[in-house]
Amino acid sequence: MAVPKVCGIETEYGVVLRGAGEANPVLASSMLINGYVEHHKVGWDFEDESPGRDARGYARDGAQPPEIETHLVNTVLTNGARYYVDHAHPEYSTPECADALELVVADKAGERVLARSMLAARRLLDPGQEVVVYKNNSDGKGNSYGTHENYLVDRAVPFANLVRYLLPWFVTRQVFTGAGKVGGENGAGGVEYQLSQRADFFEEEVGLETTLKRPIVNTRDEPHADPQLYRRLHVIAGDANLCEVATFLKVGTTAIVLAMIEDDFFDKDYSVVSTVPAMRVVSHDPTCRATIELVDGGRMTAVELQWEFLRLAQKYADDTGLDACGGEDVGQQVLDRWESVLTALERDPMLLDGQLDWVTKLSLCNAYAERDGIGWNDAKLALVDLQYHDVRPDRSLYERLVRAGKVERLADEAEVMAATTEPPASTRAYFRGTCLSRWPDSVVAANWDSIILDVGGDPLKRIPMMEPLKGTKAYVESLFASAKTPADLVSQLGQESS
Amino acid sequence: MPEQQRKQRPAPKERVEETAEVAAPTEKGEKLKGELDDLLDEIDEVLEVNAEDFVKSYVQKGGE
Repeated sequence: MAVPKVCGIETEYGVVLRGAGEANPVLASSMLINGYVEHHKVGWDFEDESPGRDARGYARDGAQPPEIETHLVNTVLTNGARYYVDHAHPEYSTPECADALELVVADKAGERVLARSMLAARRLLDPGQEVVVYKNNSDGKGNSYGTHENYLVDRAVPFANLVRYLLPWFVTRQVFTGAGKVGGENGAGGVEYQLSQRADFFEEEVGLETTLKRPIVNTRDEPHADPQLYRRLHVIAGDANLCEVATFLKVGTTAIVLAMIEDDFFDKDYSVVSTVPAMRVVSHDPTCRATIELVDGGRMTAVELQWEFLRLAQKYADDTGLDACGGEDVGQQVLDRWESVLTALERDPMLLDGQLDWVTKLSLCNAYAERDGIGWNDAKLALVDLQYHDVRPDRSLYERLVRAGKVERLADEAEVMAATTEPPASTRAYFRGTCLSRWPDSVVAANWDSIILDVGGDPLKRIPMMEPLKGTKAYVESLFASAKTPADLVSQLGQESS
Repeated sequence: MPEQQRKQRPAPKERVEETAEVAAPTEKGEKLKGELDDLLDEIDEVLEVNAEDFVKSYVQKGGE
């Protein structure tokens, strides 16, 4: 049985320190986070982190586990998010969400947190200096940084099944998940404009790495939940989206595909011949007409393969329902949007200007190219590409398009602003965030699956949160109402579990 | 036959609508183009100066 698709998005933002001779991205990232949380900072608890564990079941051989830089700034926010320095980037991990629409709001709230952080960092900087962040995934010079999705998956599903269906899924979903990029990288020559920021960087089909030889399916096995029951699928083959429709579809459709894999609903193998090159074939073709070869014979466009997935998903919705995919209401909205987007992609992708990032950016580039009589090699188009992702509201070209009414929004801005401080009610993020806002001085540390409270006496109390759908508002609201102190909370939790 | 007539009736109506639509795009297109030009002018004001230098100086460390 498919488990509820609890989901979240981690985004590493591009960062520059302007006005400084020598730029130190780690320092710039720290300033953002310190500036934002200077009033209170709760440490991240690393006890349960094991990013080197492999989902295929074997210990790593020769591969180094990703380095954990514990000395770097690392904090938890009252909305349940984690905000920290990862390598040389500020990274924002949304709180766990119960459906795609909720995650759209949480992801957009992350952009607002970064925008506020840039203002806050000014107080820590010399006059004339500024930290600027970009929500993109590439510097255009061969360096990429990630946007990772996470989905709760049933531990009982053989990992090989996930791999079999996810490979063609990740190759073809680029037609709506791509954030658009001017030019090619990493040896991809002759590319004027492509769908994805990331496609040029994938070199393996399956693997544990995320920084070298990036795999399309990442095998990191770190569930951040009960490891007997769950996996956390760590998706690294996606772009940082600004368009809410793109984020909604990316998460909503992937949740349904995962539920179908868990329920063994696939009746056909859609495996692609040479998956790694196929990533690029799809990304490098803004007409969406290029075909890829299937192992079972024949060739299909990415959109045609997407129609196969959609038809199966519609059947799945009829037969099984969409309870596991964020509920019937959101699930149906995903199916409807999926269908309308595929229909438009088939007719003319440019119809999706204002819904998908890659089309919206392409449309803006085309308008500039036409007005100024410039070609794809003109630096101005590369600048338009970069500045589309600028997170400063007054400089972001994406935000300009929003303000001009050219981009469709799904989230209510008041909800987005609320989500910068309030956790989603629907997952354990509610418990984490509420503890933090209620008793900031008593929360010693927190991570995804536990929280450590100082209740006044020895020892510190560690509260495990191994079930992502416990600790929701419905679950713990009355507990918070009756507990007057952290010690009350701990003792009442103790009574509940005994 | 009434059956056939019913089937045939929508056809001319569709054609009428199509002609109406054909007339619209020129006006609508010009208006859209005007709006787009205004938007590009507005964006010109916020675009970083010296595109080439700016794009060249944007260098990141790989992440993840």
